[in-house]
Amino acid sequence: MPGWLNRSQLVLAAALLAAGVAQFLSNRLDSYVLSVAMGVGINIILASSLNLINGFTGQFSLGHAGFMAVGAYTAAVLTGKLAPQLQPIFGGHVELLFPFALIVGGLVAAVAGGLVGAPSLRLKGDYLAIVTLGFGEIIKVIFQNVEYVGGAKGLNAIPDYSNLFWVFGTTAITVYTVWALMNSTYGRGFLAVADDEIAAEAMGLNTTRYKMVAFVVGAFFAGIAGGLFAHLNNSINPSGFDFNKSIEIVVMVILGGMGRHTGVILAAILLTVLTELLRQFGDYRMVIYSLLLILLMLTRPQGLLIWPIRKSASRRTT
Amino acid sequence: MLELKNLVVQYGAITALQDVSLRLDRGEIVTLIGGNGAGKTTTLRAISGLLRPRSGSIWYEGADITGRAVHKLVGRGLAHCPEGRMVFSNLTVIENLHMGAYLQRDRRVIQKELEFVLSLFPRLQERQEQLAGTLSGGEQQMLAIGRALMSQPRCLLLDEPSLGIAPLLTQAIFEKIAELNRVRGLTILLVEQNANLALSISHRAYVIECGRILLTGPAAEVKANPQIRDAYLGGA
Repeated sequence: MPGWLNRSQLVLAAALLAAGVAQFLSNRLDSYVLSVAMGVGINIILASSLNLINGFTGQFSLGHAGFMAVGAYTAAVLTGKLAPQLQPIFGGHVELLFPFALIVGGLVAAVAGGLVGAPSLRLKGDYLAIVTLGFGEIIKVIFQNVEYVGGAKGLNAIPDYSNLFWVFGTTAITVYTVWALMNSTYGRGFLAVADDEIAAEAMGLNTTRYKMVAFVVGAFFAGIAGGLFAHLNNSINPSGFDFNKSIEIVVMVILGGMGRHTGVILAAILLTVLTELLRQFGDYRMVIYSLLLILLMLTRPQGLLIWPIRKSASRRTT
Repeated sequence: MLELKNLVVQYGAITALQDVSLRLDRGEIVTLIGGNGAGKTTTLRAISGLLRPRSGSIWYEGADITGRAVHKLVGRGLAHCPEGRMVFSNLTVIENLHMGAYLQRDRRVIQKELEFVLSLFPRLQERQEQLAGTLSGGEQQMLAIGRALMSQPRCLLLDEPSLGIAPLLTQAIFEKIAELNRVRGLTILLVEQNANLALSISHRAYVIECGRILLTGPAAEVKANPQIRDAYLGGA
């Protein structure tokens, strides 16, 4: 189908432009609304990148918050403690320090993804889930015990570099990357691995390498989301990246429908906004949140946007 | 073309294959007959690298391929069409076929191969855009064979193509298998429960029981063997 590439790139460009315009107009917005909006963007990045691993490739990772933590801490150290050393490199363009820190944070998270993935991706299903769960906890404990990054207190006074442009620009790039990857010939391999690993192998696919690519790319974007998160909240501490955070992202992917682009984005928006709306219920917030989750799962077990009967390959367009 | 020498495969403490040796010459259809649990599927899985043999060796086109990773063998023209069909149920028929040509980079070759497979199985042509999971059992089997053909194999390992399929369709599929061998000179190692049917299109056969090769010979001879008639051919 000729032309799809150009059209999707056009959509990406439009999204980036929209992020810029939104940033331009952002001073008219209430700061609370702004921070919720950015929280939505960050969660879309997290959910879309986890969707690549859990949804499209069919691996069950429970350690996404761990990769997020790696990115968050790396970026925060680069724009904080190491900023005096780094700023001269950028000369007069101090504003470039932030994207640099985000990318490095993503890369370090990707390396962490590779390190965790290499031994554990030979495992399947529940076993992989347990290994990634363990990894998430180890990351948390490491950060808790390293004084350089503040130990259990975490890092404070992180500059508030995150804005609508950076958050939604990155969101657009993440969604585009995952989408383009899944619509390429190479990307069909991920679906094949998820569908039937033995058959995929019999077709000549190196399934371990596919799972590694999904894991590393997913970890990269989780790391970037972590960097954005750190520079939105101005402070991070290890307990913010615990098992609950990983589960929150997994829930978005499952609720959105594993391996669905739009559904997962919608679920990320819905759950983020829902958490905010429920604040008024105080202590009962999590009770209501959980009840709503149960209700949603009972009524839409196949994902928010999936209807029971579907014809042909509507999967990648919805 | 393909030779197994004294192959031993174990699942933990259980020995599934005990000293299995067999040979496949270019252009042959060879059938492996045996009851449930005799080691037929295990043999195929060991050849294609899905299982690692304890001892013994596997030779393909003059090279030792024992313990070679599965995905590397496909590129060398050895395709495995696994038991239970194993189509990618969330991909369309066309996408499944494209997966079969995964290692092929030349679009024209893929297109030519695709046309060949679709002409071989016109039913697949009608259902191109349908998700493979919604096909009937027989159609899925055609798809699995077609998908294996997309990699342009010189040697095809075919595991239980009749499993769970209506007799009439089974007949049709076997005719296609014989046709592939005749027209393309494709070498085929066939594992089949329906021994009568399998022997009717094969050149030679091996009978396997409890992980050992019991006897071997030309298909007609095996078919005429009274012992085999009683055990596998319904005694008729």
